[in-house]
Amino acid sequence: MILFLRRRFAFFFFTYLLSSLMIFFLLRVLPGDPARVIAGGREATAEQVEQIRAELGLDAPLPQQYLGWLGDFARGDWGASIAFRGADNRALISERSINSGRLALVALLLSVPLSLTLGVVAGLSENKLPDVIISLLTLSVVSLPEFVTGLFLINIVALGWAGNPLAEALGWWFPASSAVPANASFGEMLPALWLPAFAATLVLLAYISRLTRAGVIEELKRDYVRAAALKGIAWRTVVLRHVLRNALLPTVTVIAISISWLVSGLVVIEFVFGFPGLGSLLIIAIERRDLPLVQAIVMVTVSLILLANLAADYAYAALNPRIKL
Amino acid sequence: MMWRRGGDSPAQSSLRCTHIDSVNAVAKPYIVSESNISRNLAGTRRFLRALFSRSQSTLGAALVAFFFFLALFGGQLAPYPKANDQSHDARVSPTLDIGSLQLGAHPFGTDRLGRDVYSRVILGASSIFRTAGLGTAISVVLGSALGMAMGYRGGWLDELLGRVIDALLALPALLLALVMVGIIRNLDLAINSWQAALADEVTLLVIAILYIPVVARVARSAALDIKTREFVAAAEIRGESSAYIIFREILPSAIPALVVEASLRFSYAIFLVASLGFLGFGAPPPSPDWGLMVNENRGGFYRLTPWALEFPALAIALLVIGVNLMSDGIRRAVQKGGA
Repeated sequence: MILFLRRRFAFFFFTYLLSSLMIFFLLRVLPGDPARVIAGGREATAEQVEQIRAELGLDAPLPQQYLGWLGDFARGDWGASIAFRGADNRALISERSINSGRLALVALLLSVPLSLTLGVVAGLSENKLPDVIISLLTLSVVSLPEFVTGLFLINIVALGWAGNPLAEALGWWFPASSAVPANASFGEMLPALWLPAFAATLVLLAYISRLTRAGVIEELKRDYVRAAALKGIAWRTVVLRHVLRNALLPTVTVIAISISWLVSGLVVIEFVFGFPGLGSLLIIAIERRDLPLVQAIVMVTVSLILLANLAADYAYAALNPRIKL
Repeated sequence: MMWRRGGDSPAQSSLRCTHIDSVNAVAKPYIVSESNISRNLAGTRRFLRALFSRSQSTLGAALVAFFFFLALFGGQLAPYPKANDQSHDARVSPTLDIGSLQLGAHPFGTDRLGRDVYSRVILGASSIFRTAGLGTAISVVLGSALGMAMGYRGGWLDELLGRVIDALLALPALLLALVMVGIIRNLDLAINSWQAALADEVTLLVIAILYIPVVARVARSAALDIKTREFVAAAEIRGESSAYIIFREILPSAIPALVVEASLRFSYAIFLVASLGFLGFGAPPPSPDWGLMVNENRGGFYRLTPWALEFPALAIALLVIGVNLMSDGIRRAVQKGGA
């Protein structure tokens, strides 16, 4: 178990190092000359470029620049935004990440129980009607791009719901996510979270439910299941006590991996819904060529994903007595 | 398997266990001869029969074939073959012509600029197929060469590259894609003309770069398995070069795994092209890109011309579902022991 954890930590460390190297070198070195970009592109004079280069410390050797940048990031000094006229990058990012975190939380709370149930039902009825229906459903709904389902939810569900007399009588409606102030409290934000969270749920649904289904099917074929059934133990007890306990163990890891999927999905979903989260901030940063902000957002996102993966490995090791290598 | 994973598709993680089986099932190409070729033909026929025996796979293949046909002959089929033809004067209000006097003139209506949506949807097929197809092709060719070389040669370089690939796959694809787009978009501020040319093919480049490591990992694991067989040892004793062994001995046996991977990558590439187009990082505005058309016609314009959003969105949905069903079918057919 110690060996397993050590190996996982080494992987975490290596991946983190590599990602930070990539983010630094790709974004700071490759795009021609950041000093020129900041000075205003082709029109900038050589002196202006030189001055900005000295101000930003871009005349130092690259390894030194990298270490300096990494140190600044670790200390929380993420620089000032170009796109948002000198706003502090850290303040921008922390506000937006809280919002994205809320959206992700609601999405996970909706999708995990739903997809586990669907996966278990499908796995228990392999190749029978419920399984076929569930796999067709997950395959077709989930293969749609997030922006198609997102626009459907906005234009058909939310707008259709708004004009509906029943909805008006009940006082239920879906407020526009784009109208939510970025610093709203969770309670204020919640009504605007349902639709984007549902769109994100669809992203995760197929992923988690298919892996759960595969786990259940694999576990049902084990010898101990047949032995238990032959012993005359009720099938319900076999499934609930033995099969699910073993089949659901890997879902801890699956959910952690799906966070990396969720991130991709959330970028598009936040953009479609105009939700003030980290993903829509990233799009704005790229559109306005704000490379320091892009760097900081990507570093934060990568840190969160890798930490989630590491935490899942540790949880898996703690829950699974077989990992005692 | 638990500790060699990355942010990858659900189908793939189940694939990883089955690759080996499908590779093992392949007839050993001990001698490259006519009988071997006929065996390959028989395998292909068996594979196609397995593919079309499922109605879902057939439906998927039919949808893909339909859009591929549009991509090839869109220029001849579209009533307004120039994507930005404005059939109406821009001042004329946009209309959906079904049921009106002009029935058939604009079956999908016109957008707010008076452009024929039907023509633009047809013309858009070629760009999505070209970008996703070429990007996938480049990544499959380069990725499988790299992966097979890594798997066959082994050593510290394989070890290092393998770690790098694992690390890359732990990160979300769209995030990497957006970072690359961010870089490439800044290139047009740079002075070199080749950098500006690069910026025109952002999406194609992103797909190729993004999927090379993914394909390489699959090719590597296939090569690791195949290189233990007798025919590889025989070739080594004959004194064949590494390149010969990789491309003439290992590659033929790795093809089933690579076909499955290529079809999976293509379905993800279509998805990614549409998403990047929608986010505004694909083809520049006047072009008939489906994702871009959806983006241009959402918001306030949706009430005015809903059809200008609905038809490209429908095209994306049908193509993505078709490609998914087809790649799922290919995976199942290969697992059955075809090809």
